[in-house]
Amino acid sequence: MPKDFINLLADLEEEEVIKLTKERLEAGDEALAILEDSRKAMEVVGDRFAGGQYFIPELVYSGELLKQITELVKPHLVQSDDTNYLGTVVIGTVAGDIHDIGLNIVEFMLNVNGFEVHNLGVDVPIEKFVEKMKETSAPVLGLSGFLTLAFDAMKDTVEALEVAGIRGKMKIMIGGGQMDDEVMKYAKADAYGKDAMAAVLLAKKWISGN
Amino acid sequence: MEEKWDGLSWQEKREERFKRWLSPDVKFSTHQAEKLYKERLTRFIKAIKMEKPDRVPVQIPAGSFPAHYAGVTLRTLMYDYDALKKAWLKFIHDFDMDLYDSPALIFPGRVYELLDYKLYKWPGHGLPSDISMHQFVEDEYMKADEYDAFIKDPFDFSLRYFAPRAWGTLAPFSTMTRFTSALGLPFQLLSLCTNPDFQPVFQAFREASQELAKWQAVVNECSQLAKEAGCPSSAGGMALAPFDTFADMFRGTRGIAMDMYRQPDKLLEALEIITPQSIESAVAGADYAGCPMVFIPLHKGADNFMSKEQYQKFYWPTFRKLLMSLINEGCVPIMVADGSYNERLEIIKDLPRASVVWIFEQTDMTKAKKILGDTACIGGNVTAAQLYTNTPQAIKEYCRQLIEVCGKGGGYLLSLGSSVDRCNPKNLQAIIEAAKEYGVYK
Repeated sequence: MPKDFINLLADLEEEEVIKLTKERLEAGDEALAILEDSRKAMEVVGDRFAGGQYFIPELVYSGELLKQITELVKPHLVQSDDTNYLGTVVIGTVAGDIHDIGLNIVEFMLNVNGFEVHNLGVDVPIEKFVEKMKETSAPVLGLSGFLTLAFDAMKDTVEALEVAGIRGKMKIMIGGGQMDDEVMKYAKADAYGKDAMAAVLLAKKWISGN
Repeated sequence: MEEKWDGLSWQEKREERFKRWLSPDVKFSTHQAEKLYKERLTRFIKAIKMEKPDRVPVQIPAGSFPAHYAGVTLRTLMYDYDALKKAWLKFIHDFDMDLYDSPALIFPGRVYELLDYKLYKWPGHGLPSDISMHQFVEDEYMKADEYDAFIKDPFDFSLRYFAPRAWGTLAPFSTMTRFTSALGLPFQLLSLCTNPDFQPVFQAFREASQELAKWQAVVNECSQLAKEAGCPSSAGGMALAPFDTFADMFRGTRGIAMDMYRQPDKLLEALEIITPQSIESAVAGADYAGCPMVFIPLHKGADNFMSKEQYQKFYWPTFRKLLMSLINEGCVPIMVADGSYNERLEIIKDLPRASVVWIFEQTDMTKAKKILGDTACIGGNVTAAQLYTNTPQAIKEYCRQLIEVCGKGGGYLLSLGSSVDRCNPKNLQAIIEAAKEYGVYK
């Protein structure tokens, strides 16, 4: 049964997977086991996205299904879900830019690949990045931006981290719309990722060294 | 007249429109200006028709660059129309391009404020005052369960559902009943006029229309002066791909993704319904401006947004219908494809030869030339990131390579992949130099 569940969710069969979730709960299946299966299914979704079978509609839809399942399961949770994360990544769209489609995909992909993600949202003031990096001591920061005005906002953010004296404690990746390697150098970041999978690989490389 | 028009082929209709574009209703300032105007436009028209012009035409989308170039903020241009005129004319004067954008792209901030426009944030209105762009605010301005309302009566949907959400000042429109009775129409309109809730709407309309008129006068004056000086404008009609209308404006990224799975048939039906309306408004724009170009920015059909199958099911059929109708009216659709369109090239080549222009941002230009080279004029690809970070020499060299690959045989326009808000002005001059130096056809 659990294998069916994973496939149904990964294949985005809404009706059936919701029905099965209810059946499992009624049959006394542990809430945590259902969540663990959901996580595995989302991993499959992530793999399919990275492999070019799934695109934005599938990520959005799977996220919606996961939300429904979590809502159903929540009342049955007796112990907290203390996942072992690979590490922490802070991400956000830089000041002045309000685009979040790519940002949310990166969050999704980092999540399903086992990272704890702090998504600061869009139009994030420089100070908020500095504060969050101090608070979490996250080893990786992802700066997102869609517009050309993000070039300078990224640079300013990196420089503020330098001034705060914590730049050396983290690796910074940039990505989004008009970014490229040249912008990465301009903004004094450590790497540019051309898509969400690149963000995952960079985070893995920097955090686990592989 | 109309009967004669209907009997023309699309090429004949287009020739008529080209003729009108080539002979604008202005008095050229000098004989040289007139010569320049015709030379520039002929160069561009030949590229569209995939013939060999004297050299590769060059065009730089203005974006908000004229503000930066004039040393003022975008906000200044949006609120001070004299500054807009000054900055625009300076940009047009200093950059020797073959086609010019209209200052109408810089919308009047006061008008949007008076109508409480929700779809944009702009400098000093939801964004810092010194910021160089306005930005689109994505939201579900149409709810998931409103497809039936749209399908039943798109105008009613716009009036009573979309407009009150998009324009805060129009909020009272959501309380109206539908206009259904022909005989009762005057009374229904009169009852709006006597309804106290609608008084602020009329007041805002009054003020906004006066403000809009001031802005329009300046925009028209700029366009007129530009033409008199020999600078053809690319401003004609505008349209969105039907899918983008829903994905950008009505439902947003999340909403449209859910619809593709939960109610694909309703979505497809709605796309069919909006297509003829988009066509009509685009052709009207081209008629009004005396320019056959129809600008179509492309967003959510890019490679990484949806699969090829989804593109073929949801995006291309109604988009192609839109393009074919515009072509058959003698208009020239010019698409700016954001992101990458590599996986779409084989699909989009299914159009009459030399009928449209494709401007690409990050698409592989060698591949684009290979696949579309016999079909359509292409251009674009100098990216904003390059313009921001590279030297004029590097930009010029990149353009040389682009011309070498894409210019072969004609059907090529040297242009940017997107507009740029600011960069070293010499980088833009380098593009123009490249066209003149490397783009000459022998």
